[in-house]
Amino acid sequence: MLKIENLTKQFGGLTAVRDVSVTFEKGKINAIIGPNGAGKTTFFNLISGMHQPTSGRIIFKGVDVTRMRADQVARLGVARTFQTTHLFDNATVFDNLIVGHRLRTKSGFWDVVFNTKRLREEEKACRKKAEEVLEFVGLNHAAYRLAGDISQEERKRVAFALALATEPDLVLLDEPAGGVNPEETVGLAELIKKMVRHGLTVCLIEHKMDMIMGMADKIMVLDHGEKIAEGTPAEIQRNPVVIEAYLGSEHAAA
Amino acid sequence: MKYLQGKAGWAILIALALLFPLVAGNNYQLYVMSLAFIFAISTAGLNLITGYTGQLNLGHAGFMAIGAYTVGILTVTYEWPFWGAFAMSGVVAGVIGFFVGVVSLRLKEHFFAIFTLCVGFIIYLIIEKWDSVTGGTVGIIGIPGPAPIGPITFDSAISQYYLVVFFLVVSLWLMHRIVNSLLGRTFIAIRNSDDLAQALGINLMRNKTLSFVLSTFYAGIAGGLYAGYVRFLGPDLAGTHYTFDMITYLLVGGIGTLMGPVAGSLLVAWVTQSLQFLQDYRMVVFGPLLVLLVIFFPHGIVGFYYKKRMEREMKKRAAEASRAQAVKKEAGTNA
Ligand SMILES: Nc1ncnc2c1ncn2[C@@H]1O[C@H](COP(=O)(O)OP(=O)(O)OP(=O)(O)O)[C@@H](O)[C@H]1O
Ligand SMILES: [Mg+2]
Repeated sequence: MLKIENLTKQFGGLTAVRDVSVTFEKGKINAIIGPNGAGKTTFFNLISGMHQPTSGRIIFKGVDVTRMRADQVARLGVARTFQTTHLFDNATVFDNLIVGHRLRTKSGFWDVVFNTKRLREEEKACRKKAEEVLEFVGLNHAAYRLAGDISQEERKRVAFALALATEPDLVLLDEPAGGVNPEETVGLAELIKKMVRHGLTVCLIEHKMDMIMGMADKIMVLDHGEKIAEGTPAEIQRNPVVIEAYLGSEHAAA
Repeated sequence: MKYLQGKAGWAILIALALLFPLVAGNNYQLYVMSLAFIFAISTAGLNLITGYTGQLNLGHAGFMAIGAYTVGILTVTYEWPFWGAFAMSGVVAGVIGFFVGVVSLRLKEHFFAIFTLCVGFIIYLIIEKWDSVTGGTVGIIGIPGPAPIGPITFDSAISQYYLVVFFLVVSLWLMHRIVNSLLGRTFIAIRNSDDLAQALGINLMRNKTLSFVLSTFYAGIAGGLYAGYVRFLGPDLAGTHYTFDMITYLLVGGIGTLMGPVAGSLLVAWVTQSLQFLQDYRMVVFGPLLVLLVIFFPHGIVGFYYKKRMEREMKKRAAEASRAQAVKKEAGTNA
């Protein structure tokens, strides 16, 4: 599904991602872990086209997307969520979701002026999609609440719903359970598994180890921009290099 | 306040605008009102790029001046008929807007704002220095007013007022279409977060440029109307203080709301008028008034109205939901 070859990203003198190669398989849950500042978010920014890599290649579904813009990558089927969830707080949850399907529509300015059939149909399609994804993430009851009034966990679900509205094949989730309590984390993990059951490929960044170890098919560990390990949860837990990196960084933090 | 919604709302507001000349005591009041409406059209354009798309354009008055000078130069120097020149006012402003947008919209946030501030100033300088075309500091005088359309003439203050109202209504109606469509949602998504918008597959440059071109087109049309209404032009029209006036209208009326530009420009125009007797001291009163307004109505007047309406609707929805819950429970115990 996604193949990364020797990916490197430099910000001035700082190398945020260094020579990372990895493959994510279709229908799997792939996790990326690593200490703060390891380059995980940057890695997502590269895949999703928000940043251009310094060198290396990104192949998605056999297409070289290395130099594509973010909106082009999204149209090809890569969706993502962000570490902090930006929603339009003064609008309802439902209103927030309608634009999620915009990339699958074509109406432009002249359709608006003449209120064409295409525009009306596409608006209907966007609403239908919004209903569908809202149902999928289990937020039907919150459809008409203001996005600013819902809980952190509900916001995360709305962010998932937005990503799903783009009809992706691959979903990149940046700390999907950040700032959410343990019971709610279990619910979000369930939702992620449900996404995979529906044919999606998931790649997530997370600091919550119990969540990751319980659900990931494969884990990649980044440290200082480098891939220091890759494997199943069991392999990662036993890996001395990983233990060193985590203990090292925790010692440094303490 | 329910009557201000939907078709009825439009009908009432249009009727009020049409009836205004009957209550206006003199032509001067019509003049103030017409100018306020012309600036409302331009402000509606600024609202699209700044209020709905989130890109603070500090050169907006420059584009209004471009529209105005297009009419001035074409009618006076080249003796074009008014309406032909007027049609060009929006087009010229929009085309220049396109080129400025393609360059400036690559910049984000305050960089974009500062860049457009410079663009506005450059437009001002060009108008002021390019004597042979724009008349320099003297400007252009003797611009013809709108030519008659069939039997309708625009000689009287009332007919000119109605002409301005006509363009205001058409502008707002189109804006209403835009902001409530998928296109408007696209712009709002960019304002909300351009990273998220991009991740949702929205082409930032293309949509920002479209929004910018439309906003400068509005400015150009407003400038064209201004030229035909005031009949003389000076480079002053491109000055940044006009841009800041329009930003004030947006803040007072409600940024990112359809009627905000109208409410803001009307209110500010009438408050300024009624403070006229204070002469040089009127800013001493106007300033604090503005501060109070921003404190108590942070979303402007129209924004305040929308917020109240939204709150009421939320309450109603919540009540309905709990009632539905109760009914369900009842059904459950009965079963
Ligand atoms: N746009 C940018 N410009 C310059 N430096 C950046 C930029 N984005 C990230 N960095 C730097 O790259 C490094 C990696 O950051 P990144 O956000 O990818 O880490 P992370 O693994 O996601 O951390 P966290 O767990 O805290 O989210 C950091 O040192 C950061 O300061
Ligand atoms: Mg991060």
